[in-house]
Amino acid sequence: MTNLIEIKGVTHAYRTKAGPLPVLDNLNVAVPEGEFCAVVGPSGCGKSTLTRLVAGLMKPDQGEVWLHGERVTSPRKTVGMAFQNPVLLEWRTILDNVILPLEIVAPRMPQRDREARAMHLLEMVGLKGFEGKRPSELSGGMRQRASLCRSIVHKPDVLIMDEPFGALDAFTREDLWQTMRDLRAAEPFTCVLITHDLRESVFLGDQVIVLSGRPARTQHVLRVDLPADRTIDSLYTPEAAEMLHLLRDQIRIAQGRDGEVH
Amino acid sequence: METLQKIAVPTLAILAFLGLWEFIVWVNDWPNYKMASPSDLPPAFARYSHLFLEMGWQTLWRTIAGLGLAVLFGTLLGMAMGFSRIARDALYPLLVGFNAIPKATLVPVIALIFIGQHDFNTVLMAFLISFFPIAVSVGIGLSTLEPEYRDILRSLGASRVTIFRKIALPKTLPEFFGALKVSVTLAFIGTNLVEIVSPHGRGLGALFKSGETNGDYPLMFAVLIALAVLGIVLYYAVVALERIFAGWAERPQS
Repeated sequence: MTNLIEIKGVTHAYRTKAGPLPVLDNLNVAVPEGEFCAVVGPSGCGKSTLTRLVAGLMKPDQGEVWLHGERVTSPRKTVGMAFQNPVLLEWRTILDNVILPLEIVAPRMPQRDREARAMHLLEMVGLKGFEGKRPSELSGGMRQRASLCRSIVHKPDVLIMDEPFGALDAFTREDLWQTMRDLRAAEPFTCVLITHDLRESVFLGDQVIVLSGRPARTQHVLRVDLPADRTIDSLYTPEAAEMLHLLRDQIRIAQGRDGEVH
Repeated sequence: METLQKIAVPTLAILAFLGLWEFIVWVNDWPNYKMASPSDLPPAFARYSHLFLEMGWQTLWRTIAGLGLAVLFGTLLGMAMGFSRIARDALYPLLVGFNAIPKATLVPVIALIFIGQHDFNTVLMAFLISFFPIAVSVGIGLSTLEPEYRDILRSLGASRVTIFRKIALPKTLPEFFGALKVSVTLAFIGTNLVEIVSPHGRGLGALFKSGETNGDYPLMFAVLIALAVLGIVLYYAVVALERIFAGWAERPQS
């Protein structure tokens, strides 16, 4: 299987008043086509920088980012993005918000087809009947569902998610994990998910990459050998518990707190 | 019942105000040249009705023309400041300094530069006094746009123009209309300032001045009322535009 996303030896530093602030140090990540890659690591370790690099919004100081065998140097139409903040446009209805990427990527697509595509996705995430509402009329979880629809409406090869469920309560978050799982089963895409939630990384990921503290290096890569049709209950099996424990230890190392009593 | 209350309460308040005004003038036995009473106003309006229409129109179109220029120029300036750090650092002190000058002092300056160009001078003053809030609010609206909003379109390869048209422009509209409500009042002040001060001026300001010159106090008060009415019309025209173009920003009442 070929790697759809390949990050090779990426090093990056931000220029600040106090001098260069290195955030990524010789980072290597490979995600095969159709795989779900969860990235965890301590706060401020450069995870968001990673998403911007893959999206082509930034260029790394050193190293290369490859998508589909092509080197990424600028934004591409085949990428979808979702953030912690759903960033829906208040002046558009939910349906028109979901359609937005199609207006850019497929300017000649008939409006009727765009709406049909958006409605199909909204139905899948349980937002049927809310397509005519404004974002301000929806709950946080519903807005994030709409944001997910928008990020995949143009059938991107790569979906990049930067803590998309971080601001939701625990139960809504679990609901959205399952929505994510079902969306992926219905229309496969390759995904990079940045998260702080280890259970989320194990539930959704095919591999979990642990980044070290800043500047971030690949500290550990965990293969998640759970079946594809996972349920929330899968997280309470001994295998899952073992993986979560291992990840917790890795995070502790990444935070530089290995020697502390825990 | 609710609509009745909506109409009746303000109407009664206005009537009570006029009654109080009439009463104070009557109790103090003030002559017309000290303070006109509301009952003096209808005759003044009737006598000069054609002048009110003509002069009111003069004031109205000049205010709108000045405001239109302010919208155009203010938006462009705001865009420059919103998109470019350098433009913001360069223009902001100049703008604040210019705004600090009381605009009444500019009237003789303008009158000297463009002698006798009454229409032009009036529109220019309405423009000068009213572009500042628009420029500042558009600038702030654009520069505080969260980067994620830009990124969702930028990651798809959208051009800067597309991002501006689809995201930045509509997102700034509520701030823009907030500023426009301030600017419309300012433009109105600017217009009247020139109309009153200029010799041989036209417009409601000039009518006010002629009332003063002729000692026709009821006329002066009638002009004040006409100005108030015109100001209200202008303000609510902006409110109506806001409802049409930025109505989404009004939160649904829960």
